[in-house]
Amino acid sequence: MLKAYYHLLIRDLRLALRNRHELANPLIFFVLVVTLFPLAVTPTPDALEAMAPGVIWVSALLAVLLSLDRLFKQDYDDGSLDQLMLSPNPLMILVLSKVTAHWLLTGLPLVIIAPLLGLFMSLPMEAVSVLIYSLLLGTPVLSLVGAIGVSLTVAVNRGGVLLSLIILPLYIPILIFGANAVDVASDGLPVTGQLLFLGAVLALAVSLAPLATSVALRITASR
Amino acid sequence: MSAPLIKWFTVSALLIGLYGLYLGLFVAPTDYQQGESYRIIFIHVPAAWMSLFIYMVMAISSGIGIIWQIRLADMVAAASAPIGASFTFIALVTGALWGKPMWGAYWVWDARLTSELILLFLYFGYMALQSAIEDQRSADKASGLLAIVGVVNIPIIHYSVEWWNTLHQGATVAKFDKPSMHIDMLIPLLLMAVAFKLFYAAVVLVRTRNEALYRDRNRRWVRELIEKL
Amino acid sequence: MLEIQTLECVRDDRLLFSELSFSVAEAEVLQIEGPNGSGKTSLLRIICGLRLPEAGQVMWQGEPISSNREDYYANMVYIGHLPCIKADLTVLENVRSLLDTRSLTLSNVVIEAALAKVGLASYEDVPGKALSSGQRRRILLAFIELAQARLWILDEPLTALDVQGVALMESMILEHRQAGGSVVFTTHHGMQLDCDMRSVQLGSIKHQQQEN
Repeated sequence: MLKAYYHLLIRDLRLALRNRHELANPLIFFVLVVTLFPLAVTPTPDALEAMAPGVIWVSALLAVLLSLDRLFKQDYDDGSLDQLMLSPNPLMILVLSKVTAHWLLTGLPLVIIAPLLGLFMSLPMEAVSVLIYSLLLGTPVLSLVGAIGVSLTVAVNRGGVLLSLIILPLYIPILIFGANAVDVASDGLPVTGQLLFLGAVLALAVSLAPLATSVALRITASR
Repeated sequence: MSAPLIKWFTVSALLIGLYGLYLGLFVAPTDYQQGESYRIIFIHVPAAWMSLFIYMVMAISSGIGIIWQIRLADMVAAASAPIGASFTFIALVTGALWGKPMWGAYWVWDARLTSELILLFLYFGYMALQSAIEDQRSADKASGLLAIVGVVNIPIIHYSVEWWNTLHQGATVAKFDKPSMHIDMLIPLLLMAVAFKLFYAAVVLVRTRNEALYRDRNRRWVRELIEKL
Repeated sequence: MLEIQTLECVRDDRLLFSELSFSVAEAEVLQIEGPNGSGKTSLLRIICGLRLPEAGQVMWQGEPISSNREDYYANMVYIGHLPCIKADLTVLENVRSLLDTRSLTLSNVVIEAALAKVGLASYEDVPGKALSSGQRRRILLAFIELAQARLWILDEPLTALDVQGVALMESMILEHRQAGGSVVFTTHHGMQLDCDMRSVQLGSIKHQQQEN
């Protein structure tokens, strides 16, 4: 079972690495959207700092949302998804493997580049480290919950807007707590509570989302 | 097949609703703080209760539909969504109307209103998914699963919105926190809640019946029914 | 081995078949016949457990497949219309990742032998995007050859195959049958199989429905 997890993960990573230009797209999108705000609102450091947590978190959310397609679309289009569902291994494990690959390819790069954006938005140092922690805990949830949405919409033509419609409301708690943790940290206050909440939601998502995703995939396959 | 029930639910919803409105609008005492404008709670609060209640009904009947493969349960869920969305919309509009005299603005990012707005989005997502999938059975199952995921999320969303709200608003006017609501206000409120529930029961029966007829329009029993008319 | 009990299938408001029952024994080859749109693909997907029937069930070794999934999938291999081939993986990697879904780890020698058999010798390191559609289908032939499955479910396996490819598929089916394996397949091309073969005819119900 672990072997099945590992093999599929390696396959997905290998596929992504052979398409490196696509790999960078969500990341560039993330930086680009954040860059729009100083241009659209104001570049004064105080105002930037005030809106930085929200802006960075919303941009991360959208970047993940746009990359969700990658989770199952290709496998659905070429029939590999059927083969995964006909595997003697539990589908949940395979789903978890695909979500892990997705997070390593989109979530993790976002976390890594976030300090740079903190700099752009004149966040104080302590807030930047909290930004990293909150993204580290929050982005896996975005991938996990997103997987449910993609598996429900992957067979729908032009499912992109539909996907955002059904997934964004579910992202709201992560957004609230993630952005707030950074906000509070920039005032120099403790943020253990917010990070614990994000951790709890992550634990909940890891245990429930793969199950929901595999049910959703079976529903999608049966049309 | 369900005509007598529908008739019974409609009539009792109407009677109880009218009586509740009468008590609420004319008998219940004027609030010493908010004056007459508080009377909108006799619509607002039951509508907000219904919006959550119907979402629960949808999730439960979707669960029944997915696990035991009962078509009727799927149809009840699908038929409920627009009703639930309407109640949510009513709760939002009445909340906004009530907000005007209370806060001086139609829209305030109050925790309950915000939660209600997110709930409306959840309803929209459900209906959009339902109508985007061609195959009726997969549409039911897929949107049903979404409703269940939504129900798991509602407490989390609710909690985080509450928390967000206390953080940003400081002291909000706690508009529902009236532990000692006057009995003359409570009775019409509960009557209206019962009336709304009966109304929902009647509408969901009608809609489910239509749904069943529409979905089986090519089946023999529906054709025979039409020929008899 | 495999038993189909009173299946009913509805697609887009149309009843495709109902009360459909048949069984597949060891070393048996069964063809599903019927015109386009008669539900052949749907039937095969129901047999695989990818699609749920409106009524009835599929039994594997006397148990419903839903409660016996692991054993069933370890012994069954399915290929459908889609090629399941990744453009960015080499032929060898493609075969390996297909075998990984079945938790089979085979040596390169074994895989290369199978590739040689399906006419893809020396193609191991060619990426999927450089292959013709017939060659992609041949990768699937290598996959089912290596899948170690007793039951093959093949939906239009001859699609895009040339004359030699068709002959290869035929000989593979015969070999599989000789080894005690079973095959359920659909095809619109003539498949000349030199053995006993049963067939199930779909599409009769549809006509009754249309008169209605």
